[in-house]
Amino acid sequence: MWDYTDKVKEHFLNPRNVGVIEDADGIGEVGSLACGDALTLYFNVDDNETISDAKFQTFGCASAIASSSALTEMMKGLSLEEAGKITNDDIAQFLGGLPKEKMHCSVMGRDALEKAIAHYRGEAEKKVEGEIVCECFGVTNLEIERVVRDHHLTSIEDVTGYVKAGGGCENCHGKIQSIIDEATGKKTALKEKPAMTNLQKIRLVEETLDREVKPALQKDGGNIELIDVDGDRVMVSLRGSCATCQMSQVTLKNYVETKLRELVSPELVVEEVK
Amino acid sequence: MNTIYVDNNATTRVAPEVVEEMLPYFSEYYGNPSSMHDFGGDVGSRISKARERVAALLGADPEEIVFTSCGTESDNTAILAALHSNPKKKHVVTTRVEHPAVKSLCEDLSKRGYRITFVPVDSKGRLDLDYLYKNLTDDTAIVSVMWANNESGVIFPIEEIAAAAKDREILFHTDAVQAVGKVSIDLKSVGVDMLSLSGHKLHGPKGIGALYVRKGTKYSPFLIGGHQEGGRRGGTENVSSIVGLGRAAEFVSERIDEENTRVKQMRDRLEEGLLSGVPYSSVNGDTDNRLPNTTSIGFDSVEGEAILLMMNQVGICASSGSACTSGSLEPSHVLRAMGVPFTSAHGSIRFSLSVYNTEEEVDFIVKELPPIIKRLREMSPFWKPSEKKGVG
Repeated sequence: MWDYTDKVKEHFLNPRNVGVIEDADGIGEVGSLACGDALTLYFNVDDNETISDAKFQTFGCASAIASSSALTEMMKGLSLEEAGKITNDDIAQFLGGLPKEKMHCSVMGRDALEKAIAHYRGEAEKKVEGEIVCECFGVTNLEIERVVRDHHLTSIEDVTGYVKAGGGCENCHGKIQSIIDEATGKKTALKEKPAMTNLQKIRLVEETLDREVKPALQKDGGNIELIDVDGDRVMVSLRGSCATCQMSQVTLKNYVETKLRELVSPELVVEEVK
Repeated sequence: MNTIYVDNNATTRVAPEVVEEMLPYFSEYYGNPSSMHDFGGDVGSRISKARERVAALLGADPEEIVFTSCGTESDNTAILAALHSNPKKKHVVTTRVEHPAVKSLCEDLSKRGYRITFVPVDSKGRLDLDYLYKNLTDDTAIVSVMWANNESGVIFPIEEIAAAAKDREILFHTDAVQAVGKVSIDLKSVGVDMLSLSGHKLHGPKGIGALYVRKGTKYSPFLIGGHQEGGRRGGTENVSSIVGLGRAAEFVSERIDEENTRVKQMRDRLEEGLLSGVPYSSVNGDTDNRLPNTTSIGFDSVEGEAILLMMNQVGICASSGSACTSGSLEPSHVLRAMGVPFTSAHGSIRFSLSVYNTEEEVDFIVKELPPIIKRLREMSPFWKPSEKKGVG
């Protein structure tokens, strides 16, 4: 059983503003039968472009119906400009929150509202921008980027909860993951660098130590020697004053390791061999 | 408000007779059946009695019954035992409509170097037997086909498939969790090598299941530990639940006729009542070969979770094949495999009855559900009665 707030239940069991406005000023349709939920939103405005009436028809689960009902209540009496600022989080908040898996119901509300306002203003239906990532639910990379950015999403599951992408055949999970990675700045830097062979890595570690690290240590009468590289483990030996320095471990981790991670590979771990 | 429970394929009421037999095994006869003293040994003899009762329900020998913790453990044990004892064979044949206990395991195996054939079903949920037979090869370690489907209730021709597997010397397992107690099963005449059942689907407790393993079948345990269950399943026996399962086996075997007469009549009455009370509704699955207690009905243009929650308001408990109730976004894999159109797949409800249901309850559902569907349809943008002639 889904964990719905009392407000969601109440709006589901007694939805406000169900129905059609004949000759409505603005109409927005989103979703489809195949997707499992859909909403048609209608509104009328008065002479001051204030929303005087709003109605909806929804096919979907309890939270889809409750989100639609909430949206119509929220938008009534607002100017079009104010209404245009309603976000999906506002809808969810109005209802005292929605389960994570059901956030897409509030996103559907926001999308329908955007479309209805565009319809009223006579703006041509926006062409689908970006490329379709999720074929099952017709979700584009731009839509996924938007929710990842706006809601700081970090997992594919979260993305599915918000815009449904990835909830069907799961073939697009790789693409969704890279959108998340890109947005969170993870791994992308790594991917751009071609994978190194072990030899290349050793050479690069050596060069970096010689060029960046050794001169700095030598200033304090110390030195460092590369002993071995095993996978991502870099084994070094400290020489000179470094060998007896109380702070040598700090130097190793904070300075040597940081430099090597920055310039060679973020995966590296530096270990001291005595 | 009365609870009207028509979700018996999910779980069943533990019969009071079953509870009564279980109770002394908590605080009175709590000995460990493996102990040397009589206090424990006597408990062991009660396990033997339960084993005989479960065997009798299946037409099996008591030593062919291994007690497990649930249907899922039985299914996992059967398939993994077959692979373990045939290490050179890397192919499994199963169906697209299995319970997750088999389906998810097979999907996992497919990532571990095994080749899995998922046999499709037709629009009535019937297996494509030609496809199944064509895919039996020398590399096939096991065929696993459920006896009856939990969602549609469709019964598969297990006797025929088991014989075909035997011809090719391939092990055959059936997940009979939904079938046991509802259809008569005699393993003396059906060549099944392994069969899974679950206590809580037949008025026994949760947390207990059994695996039938035909004598002479190569086997290796899933839970490795003590010598319990003849070395076939480690772990101290869940004594009270085993006793309960034994009593439940007797309970359902005494009622299998009632299940196929009175329960079936109630199911039919419910189905007819709903089909005639709700326009644009249809039954999912093969009505000629179905469990006597199950009906899955698709209601056009409405969504299952909304129906369930509105039914919940009047005390009716059922399940849906809808995506929204399961946490996934696709309608159930069973309905999708059958090619049930999206218009009704999202709005499919499964009603599953038991001997505890009454005609009054059926009549109550037939009275309450049509206005719920009507109300939800009036909210739905896809409900265009003007396009559907003669419907208001």
